Amino acid sequence: MKWLKKSYVAIVMAFLYAPILVLIVFSFNQSKSRGAWTGFTFGWYEKLFHNQMIIQSLMNTLLVAVISSVVATVLGTLAAIGIRNMKKMSRTLVMNVTYLPIINPEIVTGVSLMLLFVFVKSAGIRLDFGFTTVILAHITFNVPYVILNVMPKLRQMDISVFEAAQDLGCSPSQAFFKVVIPEIMPGIVAGFLMSFTYSLDDFIISYFVTGPTSQTLPITIYSMTRRKVSPEINALSTIIFVVVLTVLLLVNVGDARRERELRMKARDRV
Amino acid sequence: MKSKAAAFPYLVWMLIFILVPLGLVAYYAVTTPDGTFTIDYISQVGEYTPVLVRSVWLAFLATVICLVIAYPLAFIISRHSGAGQRTMVMLIMLPMWMNFLLRTYAWMTILEKNGLINRFFAHFGLGPFEMINTQGAVVLGMIYNYLPFMILPLYSIMTKIPNSVIEAAQDLGANARKVLTKVLIPMTVPGISTGVIMVFVPSVSTFIISRMLGGGGNLLIGDLIDLQFLGNAYNPNLGAAISLVLMVLILLAMSITNQFGDDEKGDLLK
Amino acid sequence: MMKKRFLSLALAAALLLALPLPALAEVEVSDPAYYERFRGKNVSINVHNWGEYISDGSDEGMDVISEFEALTGIKVNYTTFATNEELYARLKSGGANYDVVIPSDYAIARMIHEGMLEELDFDNIPNLKNISESFLDPIYDPGGKYSVPYTWGTVGVIYNTQMVDEEDLGSWDLLWNEKYLGEILMFSNPRDAFAIALKRLGYSMNPTREEELRDATDSLKDQKLLVQAYVMDEIFDKMLGGEAAIAPYYAGDAITMMADNPDLSYFVPEEGTNRFVDAAVIPVGAKNKEAAEMFINFLLEPEVGAANAEYIGYSSPNDAALELMDPEVTGDPIAYPPDGVIEKTEFFIELSPEMSLAMDKMWTEVLSSDEAYSKWLIPIMMLVAVAASVSINLLRSWRKRRDREYADRPVKKG
Repeated sequence: MKWLKKSYVAIVMAFLYAPILVLIVFSFNQSKSRGAWTGFTFGWYEKLFHNQMIIQSLMNTLLVAVISSVVATVLGTLAAIGIRNMKKMSRTLVMNVTYLPIINPEIVTGVSLMLLFVFVKSAGIRLDFGFTTVILAHITFNVPYVILNVMPKLRQMDISVFEAAQDLGCSPSQAFFKVVIPEIMPGIVAGFLMSFTYSLDDFIISYFVTGPTSQTLPITIYSMTRRKVSPEINALSTIIFVVVLTVLLLVNVGDARRERELRMKARDRV
Repeated sequence: MKSKAAAFPYLVWMLIFILVPLGLVAYYAVTTPDGTFTIDYISQVGEYTPVLVRSVWLAFLATVICLVIAYPLAFIISRHSGAGQRTMVMLIMLPMWMNFLLRTYAWMTILEKNGLINRFFAHFGLGPFEMINTQGAVVLGMIYNYLPFMILPLYSIMTKIPNSVIEAAQDLGANARKVLTKVLIPMTVPGISTGVIMVFVPSVSTFIISRMLGGGGNLLIGDLIDLQFLGNAYNPNLGAAISLVLMVLILLAMSITNQFGDDEKGDLLK
Repeated sequence: MMKKRFLSLALAAALLLALPLPALAEVEVSDPAYYERFRGKNVSINVHNWGEYISDGSDEGMDVISEFEALTGIKVNYTTFATNEELYARLKSGGANYDVVIPSDYAIARMIHEGMLEELDFDNIPNLKNISESFLDPIYDPGGKYSVPYTWGTVGVIYNTQMVDEEDLGSWDLLWNEKYLGEILMFSNPRDAFAIALKRLGYSMNPTREEELRDATDSLKDQKLLVQAYVMDEIFDKMLGGEAAIAPYYAGDAITMMADNPDLSYFVPEEGTNRFVDAAVIPVGAKNKEAAEMFINFLLEPEVGAANAEYIGYSSPNDAALELMDPEVTGDPIAYPPDGVIEKTEFFIELSPEMSLAMDKMWTEVLSSDEAYSKWLIPIMMLVAVAASVSINLLRSWRKRRDREYADRPVKKG
């Protein structure tokens, strides 16, 4: 029974990792064409750093992700606080609209935003498809994730803490920044990280609102898949993979250590 | 802290970037390019019934298969110790950090006529099997890309079920099948419904997977929408009409699925 | 004899060595002062071109964009598209601002017609003199007021000699030959796909009656059963890797592919084919028309034109560039076909709005065709969904009420 379980997990993992393995292996392949293995090389990694288009789109992607997730985090955190103080009716209404971008197929969100920007432009307002539109779109699909991460933390928080701080002489804004924000910080951080990752990886929505100046990495990769994906992209993905793996491992090890310490402390107390 | 005003910026944002765009989709769907009212476009959507049926069918298949694969896996993971659980969840999330276009592209390398699988079987004198550019390949692409979205909500609800519940059922004489149908499944319904939505919605509306793995001849609704907006048959009004129908279909499907789960939409995120 | 051949080989080799320019060498331009106009003014232009349609510095060639940036100080945002129809959609939707785009003839005609293009100021494009006279008054742009030709070419069939029998070659029928089930690739853009079907049926590539389109649609639907995939530039990957045996595509790309895979060959079907010109135009709404014209002028520089033509493989309308090019390239009958082939070619002209709409619709029909479903299926499915939703809700509330009744009932003690 036990080996059955183990092999089942192994099979699913193999399924999930097979294409990634292919990507990594072919980033070391000498031949430019995929499929045939002609020899080992680090050349694509070297070329990667000289490929202006890829580096530029990587920069664009990071810029869009940072700006949109920061704005979304501020907007979403404030929104969550405000929504919490609403009456039940209006709260339900606002939350239902907030779910829309999450529930709606991405293609519909993308198309609808594209129509909006075209409409705004045709109304005579200067708005070029490019960084502005991509960032606006990313903020729009990011805010709901921040709200949904912050809301539960707010619900868990004891409102009297805020009042107590004020009774002890804090101004409302002091109380807010010194008491409330730290309390809901885990939710804010989770929301931010989620926004950031969604923003990095988004293709569909960006595809509909992108312009000549804002080629993000997924868009560049898309235009490559229509002819030939250069192994430099495989090299880049391998680097990203290794970085993410390292970060996750570190977090995991940290978690495990913290857990062990907690357990030790608990034992000491007993 | 008591103020609703904090949500004000977001409410404005929501109005401009969520509600108005969807309104524009609806507007485009019922007007001609010169702005007169028509239901021609909506009724034209009926002509694409084969596409709609194919999309729903393939997405349905992908969802069911995802559920079948993910359910045992999520259960196995949820019965592991803390560290093992964390590692496995990490391993499931990790592939999502790689660009999905690239991972899908890697599947091309695997499934092609001269791809890795066929070359492997050729050693034994088997094949070549026709795998790429079929509907099966499209379903595989959907399963591959969205399987984690099924595993994670199932896992997060299963961790809340203590072993003692299952043991109690066994002690009371329930066999494995009874434990599954009478205990496990009823307790995990919210996770199932979340997972089903999270797999079905992106599957039914995808346009990349069908283009890359389906050869372009197996049009799905997403392709049809893309074709009208940025593709080879420019007709945004028809595109808007199809988007509208797609959105209504999905909201309906969701309202059905939600009947089964409790209205814990927060689960969408886990 | 032997000596002569050796000599010409040596000559060709010498030319090959001499021609490719190192990545950041200064290009020799006709009027360096002209290109200084925008230096230091922080000007940028957005160029939208076909994929792999400019020499990018790989294979020791010239990196045209970088050279232009270095020469003028203008920043170029360079992006690509895959079909004329995609480009048209991007421009028509009004979203993006491009300064230079390079569509094909029929698309240019349509854009001129719909007022989407700016008239060019040829005072800023002195290099127009390099263009062969025969390209200066094209039917898609009478008087040549809006466009400057970039490349031209024909459409033919690329096939893998290892997979296709010689006796099947020669006609568009090859793409309908059941022997090659699943080995055929087809254009994913409607205009090229319909052109082939129409030509094969003996019609003009520029249909004027809906019946012609209907016949072509039926024929394309028949063909669909044999087609492996509908693609554009994906053809490179698939033909080079031996994934497919037959694909219709542009002559210039055929040359590029044949250079990479010796199993590939090319023919122009006897029924005749399409001859196209791709030309640079400036869309309405361009932010910097003068800089855009400077870029177009740069493309016409003999050295640049030669570098592009050699990299892309397409035929060049630039006489001055042709003089600089390797005679082996300019003598290639695929890129520069003999008169007999040219005679049978046909240019695409702009279709009437009705035909254009009909073609788009029928193309969607071809791509989506499958078993026939009733038109009413979707409304019925929706009704069923609503009914299911409502009944489940009713059932639940009924159950809840029942449960409550049970709970309220006093427990009898026996």
